[in-house]
Amino acid sequence: MDKYLEMIRIRFLMMLAYRTNYYTGILIYAINIAAYYFLWLAIYGGKQTMQGMSMEQMTTYVAISWMARAFYFNNIDREIAMEIREGNVATELIRPYSYLGMKTMQGLGEGIFRLLFLSLPGLFLVALFLPLRFPTDAHTWIFFILSIALSFVINSELNLLAGIVTFFTLNNEGLLRAKRFVIDLFSGLILPISFYPDWAQAVMKYFPFQGISYIPSMIVTESFQGQAIIDGLLFQFVWCALLIIPIRLLWRAAKKRLVVQGG
Amino acid sequence: MFYVSVFFQYMAQYMKTKLQYRADLLVEFVSDFMSQAANLVFLLVVFGHTSLLHGWTRDEILFIYGFFLVPYAVFGAFFNIWDFNERYIVRGEMDRVLTRPVHSLFQVILERMELESLLGGVTGMIIMAYAGARLHLSLHWYDIFLFILFVLGGALIYAGVFVSLATISFWSDARTSIMPMMYNISNYGRYPIDIYHRVVRYILTWILPFAFVGVYPASYFLGKKEWYGYAFLTPIMGIIFFAIAVCLWNAGVKRYRGAGN
Repeated sequence: MDKYLEMIRIRFLMMLAYRTNYYTGILIYAINIAAYYFLWLAIYGGKQTMQGMSMEQMTTYVAISWMARAFYFNNIDREIAMEIREGNVATELIRPYSYLGMKTMQGLGEGIFRLLFLSLPGLFLVALFLPLRFPTDAHTWIFFILSIALSFVINSELNLLAGIVTFFTLNNEGLLRAKRFVIDLFSGLILPISFYPDWAQAVMKYFPFQGISYIPSMIVTESFQGQAIIDGLLFQFVWCALLIIPIRLLWRAAKKRLVVQGG
Repeated sequence: MFYVSVFFQYMAQYMKTKLQYRADLLVEFVSDFMSQAANLVFLLVVFGHTSLLHGWTRDEILFIYGFFLVPYAVFGAFFNIWDFNERYIVRGEMDRVLTRPVHSLFQVILERMELESLLGGVTGMIIMAYAGARLHLSLHWYDIFLFILFVLGGALIYAGVFVSLATISFWSDARTSIMPMMYNISNYGRYPIDIYHRVVRYILTWILPFAFVGVYPASYFLGKKEWYGYAFLTPIMGIIFFAIAVCLWNAGVKRYRGAGN
């Protein structure tokens, strides 16, 4: 356990060394949030509510989901792909820790860094310009923190899966890019799932994507109440557990047919 | 004339290398298409809930988006200078470029050409054709020339802004994330300008004129008379911004001292 905590710490310190890169990161996120704010303002066009959400809730939804993205987002899929291409994965595999566990911990170290140095100051900046409304109920915050932790797990699991697929294809830049768009679109980042037509919503129930962004953002804007919160958290929890199965299976198969290119 | 022949020789080399890796090419097409599809899905879903967006109909907004994709594709195909700092300054590749008797910017552009981006323009034209047919737009014979002019103007605006940013590397070789930031700002040009706050509108028109890539020129074809003045400014803005970029580039090259090895 200690060694994994150490991995989180090291990655955190590594990120800290390059923190100036993150000042522009804050601006990038703020620019995106503002763009969607204006779009939604035009979409609401004076309407009080749409799909049960007020404009104020929607603004908070947009701001929180982008800032939460800074926390759960990581590039471990790309890192795995690169380590395979460069052959480093061979030395990693003989070390006395789980390779996938190490990658996840590095992702967590990065996530915690961005949470402190990008999300929180970013949210503060955005709150100066846009009318955000944060919940005052402590329970909502507890549910949100739980939910965002599960988001991280689901997103990292999907990244691990995509990374492992590289073992079989050797070049999957396109696949990784496509995955990112699927997640942006179906996680609820750019559009709450409740806006999609009913048939699409029905289909999305069978995919883990809304557990990444939609559920935590709906919780923190108090658009989910009572049973809906519990259902959402359960949905996330079940997917966290379910995704372990394909990871295990693919990982076992991948290790068997690992081809180290010039390692 | 010399530059034209250099252009075609680079192009031929490019084709040869790309056709060696056909599978990669296909993957790139698909992933480009996905990124456009994500934006389209957003628009289509949103218009399931409202019929007008600040007075613009669904098809008008689709048309603007489709138009935006065309100059953007031209820019993406020829001005792939995202990694100029790392590739040319840090690694010292610029030394090699400068020893040759062709303008350095021209060489850098040709070396980093990515013609497959042009396919995004085809997607854009399909979207425009679809939206235009539903809007019953009437076209004149000279519209095709205006279209080409506006597309070139839009691409030059993009090129001007991003080449100017790339020249920062001549003064400071620290890595910056200004380019991705600008990329995010440029996305504002895809939507009608009047949905934004006054200040944002002003910036998008005169300082970072991305509105001239999408909404202004597109509104000429949509017959929005109130924007005609801006639409016809598109090629002029393109030339001004690109000229500024070339001047900055030339000044930067004079200062360039090589990474030293």
